[in-house]
Amino acid sequence: MATFKEFRNNVKPNWCPGCGDFSIQAAIQRAAANVGLEPEQLAVVSGIGCSGRISGYINAYGFHSIHGRALPIAQGLKLANRDLTVIASGGDGDGFAIGMGHTVHAIRRNVNITYIVMDNQIYGLTKGQTSPRSAVGFKTKSTPEGAIESTLSPLEIAMASGATFVAQSFSSDLKQLTSLIEEGIKHEGFSFINVFSPCVTFNKINTYDWFKENIINLNTVENYDSSNRIMAMTKLMESGGMITGLIYQDKTRKSYENQVVGFRPEPLAKQNLQISPTDFEKLVAEFK
Amino acid sequence: MISQLSWKIGGQQGEGVESTDRIFSTALNRLGYYLYGYRHFSSRIKGGHTNNKIRISTKPIRAISDDLDILVAFDQESIDLNVHELRSGGVIVADAKFNPVVPEGNDARLFAVPITAIAEELGASLMKNMVASGASWGLLGLPLEVFNQALEEEFGRKGPAVVEKNVEAARRGAEFVLEQAGGPLNEFQLGPADGKQKLFMIGNDAMGLGALAAGCRIMAAYPITPASEIMEYLIKRLPKFGGTVIQTEDEIAAITMAIGANYGGVRAMTASAGPGLSLKTEAIGLAGMTETPIVIVNTQRGGPSTGLPTKQEQSDLNAMIYATHGEIPKIVIAPSSIEECFYDMIEAFNLTEKYQVPVIVLTDLQLSLGKQSCEMLDYEQIVIDRGKLVNDLPPLEEHKQFKRYELTEDGISPRVIPGEKGGLHHVTGVEHDETGRPSESSVNRKNMMDKRLNKLNGLHITNAIHVDAPHEQPDLLLVGMGSTGGTIDEARTKLEAEGIKTNHITVRQIYPFPADLFAPHAERAQAIVVIENNATGQLADQIKLNVGFGEKTRRINKYDGTPFLPSELYKQSKELV
Repeated sequence: MATFKEFRNNVKPNWCPGCGDFSIQAAIQRAAANVGLEPEQLAVVSGIGCSGRISGYINAYGFHSIHGRALPIAQGLKLANRDLTVIASGGDGDGFAIGMGHTVHAIRRNVNITYIVMDNQIYGLTKGQTSPRSAVGFKTKSTPEGAIESTLSPLEIAMASGATFVAQSFSSDLKQLTSLIEEGIKHEGFSFINVFSPCVTFNKINTYDWFKENIINLNTVENYDSSNRIMAMTKLMESGGMITGLIYQDKTRKSYENQVVGFRPEPLAKQNLQISPTDFEKLVAEFK
Repeated sequence: MISQLSWKIGGQQGEGVESTDRIFSTALNRLGYYLYGYRHFSSRIKGGHTNNKIRISTKPIRAISDDLDILVAFDQESIDLNVHELRSGGVIVADAKFNPVVPEGNDARLFAVPITAIAEELGASLMKNMVASGASWGLLGLPLEVFNQALEEEFGRKGPAVVEKNVEAARRGAEFVLEQAGGPLNEFQLGPADGKQKLFMIGNDAMGLGALAAGCRIMAAYPITPASEIMEYLIKRLPKFGGTVIQTEDEIAAITMAIGANYGGVRAMTASAGPGLSLKTEAIGLAGMTETPIVIVNTQRGGPSTGLPTKQEQSDLNAMIYATHGEIPKIVIAPSSIEECFYDMIEAFNLTEKYQVPVIVLTDLQLSLGKQSCEMLDYEQIVIDRGKLVNDLPPLEEHKQFKRYELTEDGISPRVIPGEKGGLHHVTGVEHDETGRPSESSVNRKNMMDKRLNKLNGLHITNAIHVDAPHEQPDLLLVGMGSTGGTIDEARTKLEAEGIKTNHITVRQIYPFPADLFAPHAERAQAIVVIENNATGQLADQIKLNVGFGEKTRRINKYDGTPFLPSELYKQSKELV
């Protein structure tokens, strides 16, 4: 069985020292090993931005795609080969701005993949513009007088979209993050994990210390029931989304693949492409 | 005995025009006639004039006709809008309900049949389609058993009572019109068909079937006219073969999901039309850069923007050839017959995997939606070639990756399906080295650009151009693509009869343009006439760019939303001699 070291490659990330993304990379590597995967059984599909580079830093199959489109690529990959564990990953701009449509519909569709958003509330790679996750009043290069658009609440949107697995974590809490990714991988269906990943260069507001002060770990909340949809929604609204842990899980709904008529247990990619003469004759006969 | 005639049915959209046509023409197909259909319809669900025209022939035909022999009208508007097409002495079969009138100055013979009244007497006004098609059938003097057999198949699953009622409706329609006409009309007696069994289908069905035969198992698509029939065809048939169609949230998701599935090792496709293709262009670049196979169908319609969604046009040529920023290799092929719609999908999937480039299959609305006779399709021609797909690789050394972008002589690198132990690699739309890792090195950049762009050097697909060149030195070399070939051939017959020597080329490999194959034919012609359903002459521009001969190239363009008529092409070509 592979250890987490086998999910490392010798590529040095181009993230800034202190970036939250390092821990997310480590958590994915650890979670993959903990659930017993071999590198060739894992595929990481990413979008564009600092976060998008993650697919190149993990020893697995990796697809660094285009801005906002990691999710449809990841879903197509999973449908092609359901034996693969597929993790899609990207930043808050990738998933909640340019790719928001895909995020909502991937949640609705419930293909069995895990989506990890590296949420730093800013556009980092383009050197500091506002994000849908930036707080109102947040000053950036594109909002010199402070952001005036309201901040997006991705977890509430996920809940409203019919999510079957919603979690949030903080890149400093490697233990919690690793465990949530493991749970997400094991979950049958689409698992959505938003991770606060501070940008040490362009976001001087939402810093490590700021998160430590402002987030509530659901472990400390008495009688929290992650199977209770109303409780999850209430907690999210009460806390302004500043909670970490497993927020909601619906274990009853089947994944997309398990609902598609005719979809077989063995991966499509390994099936015979040739149709038989008899089947062909039947198909042709429809047009006589 | 005649060898061909044209029949049209008109009415309000949603009142049975489609089904009347379907029953009538399916029965004709059973008798072995060659059929070619044209749908006039609008972008709305109900209401608005719509009409379907079919040409019926004892010999192969691939074009709509100039005129019309029989017009079936559900309302006066259908008569007023279409009567000008009727040839002298043509026939109108109209519903007596609206007191039909033949416009002044027209010599059409009118048969007012109580179409609605008969249908209502039998219990359902919906059955007026049966009365109308029965009446048409009667006028042609064709055997009623064949028609009843078609009804049996259409309604059999609804029980014998329903079949019986429809048979009765058709019989009464035929009876009524024959009484008025005094028996089947002599001038509409078609000679016997050639007895060969044929299929009767639209291009979109043929492409769906072709994709299935090619081993396509995932289609991701967003509904759009005139492409939706492809997804509708496949969603019904793919489950039996383990595959599926995913209706995505948008056009971008459709193509990127299909790219993901191809990366995962499944043959996957998407299909759309102009607006959808505009949205897909960034992803086409991703497929080109990551050398991931993808087949994209573009069923062209009237552009730009929303344009004419239900009308004929061939104006996406430039957009497809140049689709995406930067420079990638790409193949654009344009089937020019219903049979090619089928075979070209198989070829497209083979090409995309062989060369690891995006392949665009370019049809036009008339080819995609015009229902027509199709020669029997040949199972033996379904050959699946997956190119340099490798498996059972030796294990990798530590920290080493599979060279997915290995520099090879032909520029094509071995490809592996994720899941393979010795095949670990990274792919990215960023410029990358042989293992797929990002690289900004100038040397690497040049190597990789050359590798990708040289993959298609000298590409000649089978029948890259269809050539019909009986003349050593023709007066005109007529050039077209897509659905126009049959019309061009009919115009040629007339031109040849007047001593004008014409050769004909149908371009199938649109990009990269097969200049070396085309040039000798261009050289020998007095003039090159490029015939296109667009305003600017995009194919003519490609010929000028790739082959030359601009000084003797002429353009015939039609961009009013309707296909060329043989008479128009004849007249306009003649003026260019």
